[in-house]
Amino acid sequence: MTEQESGLREYRKKLGRLEALTETPTHYCQGCEHGELTRLIASAIENLGIRERTVMINSVGCSALANAYFNVDHVVSPHGRAPAIATGLKRVRPELVVYTIQGDGDALAIGLSEVMYAAIRGQPISIFLVNNAIYGMTGGQMAPTTLQGQITTTTPYGRDVEVTGGPIDASRLLSAIDGSGYVKRVSLAVTELETARGKSYSIKNILEAKQAIENAFKVQMMGGFSFVECLSSCWVNWKLPIMEAKRFVNDQLVKQYPLGTYKDKFGIEKK
Amino acid sequence: MTERVYMKGNEALAYGALKARLNAYFAYPITPSSEIPETLAKEFGNEEYPDFKVFLQSASELEAINMVMGAASGGLRAMTATSSPGFSLKQEGLSYAAGMELPLLVVNITRGGPGLGNVAPEQSDYFQMTKGGGHGSYRLIVLAPNSVQEMASLPKIAFDLAFKYRNPVCIAGDAFTGQLKEDIVFPSIEATEYDVSSWAVTGAKGRERHVISSFNLDPEVHAKHVTSLDQKYKSIERNEVRYESYLTDDAEIVIASFGISSRICKSVVNKLRQKGSRIGLFRPITLWPFPYDEVRRLTEHAKRFLVVELNTGQMVEDVRLGVEGRARVEFFGKVGGLLPTEREIEEESRSLMEEAITA
Repeated sequence: MTEQESGLREYRKKLGRLEALTETPTHYCQGCEHGELTRLIASAIENLGIRERTVMINSVGCSALANAYFNVDHVVSPHGRAPAIATGLKRVRPELVVYTIQGDGDALAIGLSEVMYAAIRGQPISIFLVNNAIYGMTGGQMAPTTLQGQITTTTPYGRDVEVTGGPIDASRLLSAIDGSGYVKRVSLAVTELETARGKSYSIKNILEAKQAIENAFKVQMMGGFSFVECLSSCWVNWKLPIMEAKRFVNDQLVKQYPLGTYKDKFGIEKK
Repeated sequence: MTERVYMKGNEALAYGALKARLNAYFAYPITPSSEIPETLAKEFGNEEYPDFKVFLQSASELEAINMVMGAASGGLRAMTATSSPGFSLKQEGLSYAAGMELPLLVVNITRGGPGLGNVAPEQSDYFQMTKGGGHGSYRLIVLAPNSVQEMASLPKIAFDLAFKYRNPVCIAGDAFTGQLKEDIVFPSIEATEYDVSSWAVTGAKGRERHVISSFNLDPEVHAKHVTSLDQKYKSIERNEVRYESYLTDDAEIVIASFGISSRICKSVVNKLRQKGSRIGLFRPITLWPFPYDEVRRLTEHAKRFLVVELNTGQMVEDVRLGVEGRARVEFFGKVGGLLPTEREIEEESRSLMEEAITA
C-alpha cells in the first residue's frame, strides 16, 4: 500500500466506512470532484437503504472504472449509450434503482440522443452528469460545454463559438422536455473562506449536491427521470492549480451554467 | 399451435421468438424487417405470451441494440431485428455485447448494399456477420434460415445457444425469407430455463456484486479475457456446426449455397439427379461456425464445387478454406436483388461438370 493509499484509508475511516463503497482507492486525480461525487452517491444509496437493488451503468470517460469503487452491480456501457443500457435494464427489472455517471462529452456529444430520449420517455433512471467543460480522460479536448474562448487541445487558440457553436446548457435543455421529472444543477467544488483563524473551506455546495443526489434517487423511485448536473473542475487539463480550478468553477462556470433547480415535477424539494 | 398456418417469414420469426418465451423486444423500423416488430407490437399484452413483458420502439438502431444489451444484462431474453444498413449500426453494440458476454438475439433480414442499396434480397452481409463487423477478436453465432418454417424454429435454437455460451446470436434471413409466405407448422416447444444467477445484474443482494464489462486496462487481465473468449469460440466451432447435406454422399459436384438461394439450387439438384448427374447440395445453417469439416468430407468424392450466393463472392472464401485446394471451386452470384434462375444455375453446373469430364 502506498503512502497515499494508506492516508486515504485513514481519511475514509474518519468519514466512516460506507457499505456502498469498496475498499479500493479511486484513480481520480487529486482534487478532482469525481471523488466527491463517488462518496456522495454512495452515501445517498446507503441513506436510502437501496444498495442491494441498485445497478450502476458506467459510461466511457473518467468514470468508466467506477465499478472498482461502488459496491453494487455494474454494467459498463459503450461511449454515450449508458442511458439506453439503463433503459433496457430498467424496463425488464423495474424493481432496480439504476443510475449512470456520465461526463459532458459522453452525455452531451456522442450520447445526447440517448440522454434526451431517456428524458422524453420519462424513464425512471438517474443520470449524474459531471460537467467540467472538457474531455478529461482523453486528455483535454473541447467538450460541448467548453466555454467561449476556453483553451483546450483541440481549441488551442480558444473556442470560437462562431465555428463550433456555443456551449450546451444541459439542465435547461432537459428541463424543457415534458418527460423529465427532476433536473438540478449543483457545484461539487468547495469554496475557500478567509476566517479569523486563517483559510478554511465551505462545503455548502457539497451538502446541496448531496441533497440533490438523494432527491434524484427518490424521484426515480417515484417513477420519474432525474438528472443532476454537477459542475466540476479538471485542473490537470485546465492547467490550473487545484484551488484556482475550483475557484474557476464557482466564479466562471456558474455564470454560463447557473446553479439551481430547473425542474421538480414531483415537488421532491418541498417534501 | 400445431395446425398449419400460412404466414410471412418475418411473422413466423416473431411468433417463433414468442414461443421461445421472448421477454423484451426493442424496435427500430427498417424495410424489409418491419413485420417483425409490427407482429410483436400486435401480440404485446396477449395472455398467450405471459413472458413477453417489454416492447419499446427506440430512437435509433444504436439505442435499440443498447437497450437489448441492458435487458440481456438483467438475464432476460431480449432481441431486436434490423436489415443491412441498420445492421451496420449494430456493430458497435455487437462488439461490446460479445466482449461483455451477453446472450442476445439480433435478426438481420438482409437487403441490397453497399450504402442504402435497396430493399431487395442480397446476401452481401455474410462477411460482416461471420467475420465480425465490429472491432476486436470476437464472433457471432450466425444462423441462416432458408424457409418460413426455419424462420419459425430458429429463434428457440438462437436463444438456447445465446444463453448456453453467453454470446450474441444473429439470425441471417434475407428480404426473401422475410417476405415470403409459406404454410408451416409451429413445432411444439418446451422452452428452456436458463440459469443466469452467476452473472446477471439483479442487485447485489446476499452475494458479491456482478460486473458486466468488456473493459480491462491491465494488458494481462485483458489478454486472459480475450483468450477465454477465444476458447469459447473454439468450443462453439467443435459443437454447434449445423448444415444440410442433400444427396452429397456420392456427389461428384456439389452446389454450396445458403438462405433463399439454396432453395433454387435444391430444385436444380433434383432436376439434374433425374437426368443422372451425381450432384448434391451443401447448405450451411450455421454460417459461423462454418461447417469446414463437412466441406472437407465432401471433397472425398466431389472435385467440383459451385458456390451460389446473392453477392459478388463471400461464402465462397469459406468453401475454399474448407476445400483446401482438393477441388475446384467456382462462384456464381447475383446482386441488386436479382435471383439466379434454375436454368442459369443448371447451365453453370453443366459447364462445370463437362470440365470435370474433360479435365
